[in-house]
Amino acid sequence: MTRLDLTRSPRALALLRSRWPQFLLRAITLAGFVFTILSGLMGSVVGSHNFAIIFVWIAWWTTLKLVFIPFGGRSWCSICPIPLPGEWLQNGGILQPRGGTGFGLGKRWPRFLKGSWMQAGGFLLIGLFGAMTLTSAKITAIVLLFILILALALSLVFERRSFCNYLCPIGGFTGLYAQAGPVELRVKDVDICAAHSEKTCYTACPWGQYPLALKSSANCGLCMECLRVCPSDNIAVNLRPWGSDLGPKTKHRLDEAFLGLVMLASALVDSAVFLGPWGQLKSAAYAIGSPAWFLFSGSFLLTALGILPGLYLGAAWAANRLGTTHVNLRQSLAHYSQVLVPLGLMAWIAFTISFAFVKFGYVLPAVSDPLGWGWNLIGLSKTAGVGEATSFSLNLQVAILMVGLYWSSRVACRISETIRQAAPLIAFSGLFTLAMLWLLVG
Amino acid sequence: MLLFIGMSLLIFFAPLPQPVQIPKDRLIRIEASSFQFIPGEIQINPGDRVTVELVSTDVVHGFSLDGYSFELKADPGQTATGTFTAGKAGVFRFRCSVACGNLHPFMIGKLQVGVNLLLFRGIALGLLAIAAALVSLRKAPRRRM
Repeated sequence: MTRLDLTRSPRALALLRSRWPQFLLRAITLAGFVFTILSGLMGSVVGSHNFAIIFVWIAWWTTLKLVFIPFGGRSWCSICPIPLPGEWLQNGGILQPRGGTGFGLGKRWPRFLKGSWMQAGGFLLIGLFGAMTLTSAKITAIVLLFILILALALSLVFERRSFCNYLCPIGGFTGLYAQAGPVELRVKDVDICAAHSEKTCYTACPWGQYPLALKSSANCGLCMECLRVCPSDNIAVNLRPWGSDLGPKTKHRLDEAFLGLVMLASALVDSAVFLGPWGQLKSAAYAIGSPAWFLFSGSFLLTALGILPGLYLGAAWAANRLGTTHVNLRQSLAHYSQVLVPLGLMAWIAFTISFAFVKFGYVLPAVSDPLGWGWNLIGLSKTAGVGEATSFSLNLQVAILMVGLYWSSRVACRISETIRQAAPLIAFSGLFTLAMLWLLVG
Repeated sequence: MLLFIGMSLLIFFAPLPQPVQIPKDRLIRIEASSFQFIPGEIQINPGDRVTVELVSTDVVHGFSLDGYSFELKADPGQTATGTFTAGKAGVFRFRCSVACGNLHPFMIGKLQVGVNLLLFRGIALGLLAIAAALVSLRKAPRRRM
């Protein structure tokens, strides 16, 4: 397959190799993160007038799904501010690579907690408490502050980016869908790496990845530390065709299947709660601790942990039975989880279009009056309208859902021996797409 | 592939006839409370002349209908009335247009005017997407797990 190595351009290589451009971007995102927390704690309680709500849940969350992931894979992780304070302490300096004399116990993350299980659990929590978190600036700020402190505390106990690798729900989200993204970091010449005994790239990597062994972009945060310390200029940053990590020869794990299913369930439930016409469902999702909320939570968990996994398990079992070579069910579930990647990514993009096109008008007024205190910094604080879904945005959502169905069906065929074997997986994708279609434009 | 793109454009944009119904005058009373409209889903026919009575049962609520530039605002316990003609077919969301609490941005209802052709077009496109995926890999080698 064709690849375009960005490091062949001397300018691009210089930009990637220098720590300064990345540091400046990180400094900006860290400042924005701290300001978001402050505005959530001190600003207006009216969500649509508070920078924290508008910036996190409309501007950033939308940009992540519509720009960063589909065009840059895990590129957001390379400028995410959350791990920075802990990483600076670990490294003993702001522009220091790993391996210096920093703070922290440097313990290894417990083996039984590895994988993306806890990230999926974190995403389930976002779904369960989403109606409150997405609409209360104070709760949003408290959640962000908690995440910042948790990431810092973990980095003082465990080595590298343990929080990002195993706990961050957004890390799980971006990692899963980065497999479909058009950016990858790989080695240029395998033999050069094999002959290099120091493995400086592995030592420097805050994600604990060894570039020679990278087969998927799910766990590489594109921090470029390996590229900076490689003595042989043997690291490539490739632009590649979308979906390059999905195919018959790639390896996948059971926790990826679980994460993919949680993402699908969350897309369905969020569409129903936030975009549907069912007021009682919204009230139930919001009234945390009430009997209605427990009913909502039970339904959500049943969808995420029962119905969708059950349907997927049935599809994977049937696909396995229809093949000429049978593997155990666990291997089937992991292998076929690739189908969930394009399906989920496109469903989230379609959901986001529905959400963002209507609400994006709140962004500039929130910049103009970030705390809701009556300021008018850029003269746009009174320009927020109600917003509306246009026929263009509705048609676009349908088109994107169909791209997801086409893509996942194609992946199902590619990783199956015959079309007959792929049929149950295609049926699963079709059923999910139909549900999303009904929720978004039905 | 060009064939599939052409077919998908045809499915998307080909004009389809709506079942003809005699337009009626309708009076629809909608109760707005935190954070829902009752009824939340309304179905009418194209051409109907619709009078909306918006009643707010708690705080000030608004009613803004996507695609129609139709807005109402009701004070607590008061009724606001307005009329529009349903000249466009399809599904349209209506939203609260006055900040009424934390879930205000998601206080949404649904008005269906005639048949929801976009949903049916979507289903047809889905079948086409699956067919396109199968055809695109017809000659490609298959894998072994």
